[in-house]
Amino acid sequence: MSEAEATTHKQPNYAGVFWSLLILTIFEIIMANSPFPKFVIVLLLVFLAIIKASLVALFYMHLKFEKFFIYIIVLFPLLLAVILTVIVLSDRSIS
Amino acid sequence: MQSSTAPIGRLGIDSRKLAIWLFLASEIMFFTGLIGSYIVLRFANLEVWPVPSTVLNIPLTGINTFILICSSATLVLGLASVQKGYKEGLQVGMFLTVLLGSIFLAIQMHEYHLLVEEGFTISSSIFGSCFFTLTGFHGAHVFAGVIWLIVILIKSLRGKYTPEDFAGVELVGLYWHFVDLVWIILFTILYLV
Repeated sequence: MSEAEATTHKQPNYAGVFWSLLILTIFEIIMANSPFPKFVIVLLLVFLAIIKASLVALFYMHLKFEKFFIYIIVLFPLLLAVILTVIVLSDRSIS
Repeated sequence: MQSSTAPIGRLGIDSRKLAIWLFLASEIMFFTGLIGSYIVLRFANLEVWPVPSTVLNIPLTGINTFILICSSATLVLGLASVQKGYKEGLQVGMFLTVLLGSIFLAIQMHEYHLLVEEGFTISSSIFGSCFFTLTGFHGAHVFAGVIWLIVILIKSLRGKYTPEDFAGVELVGLYWHFVDLVWIILFTILYLV
């Protein structure tokens, strides 16, 4: 299989991803200094970080167009990472 | 996406790409270990943990985050260019990515310098230890990425990459975007939360 044959998927909207990342980063900085309760701010910031990381992985790293096996390689350590983080976080609550 | 000479396994995946994804999987666990340690240490020292914005320069790091995001964009545009046979586009894209990666490192060194001048060092507090360890390891990854990008830039200037063979660009891209992705997480948990 040649490279040209393998690159049959539609090219992602790179500019759209770039602007999304930029706007979300600015929103993050604004939210970090907002008067909302700390717990709400932390949850929102983590949520936004996950969205941004997903955009980079899916479109810039072309994970969206990869074979299922690549997903397994990525998702398994991510699952372990989430388990570790949840276990560590469950020991204490955010004040 | 693989060149015609690329070794393809039974899974139909270029073995070089498979290797870089496996490497990135190990990197996920590496940074998870560091971030997990950070969470443990932070929650064990809540009473002495400072508000990050009182110690760190958020606007400066915000600009640095913007620079890293831009570098990912220039790299994908370079990749898209070579896929369409536009070699000059690849060269410009790679050059801009090297430049932006180097600026990121320069700003990080400047930030370290300012912090150390203010007495915030790796041994001054537990927050200092966490901050310099996490950002230092990430910076080392950026440095390695810039070196790799320079190699790819030189190869692109020599006309190595074509629409039929651009695996080298794609592999360095996977690594660089991963480094960008890690920074997105670190920026949030170290500087904003």
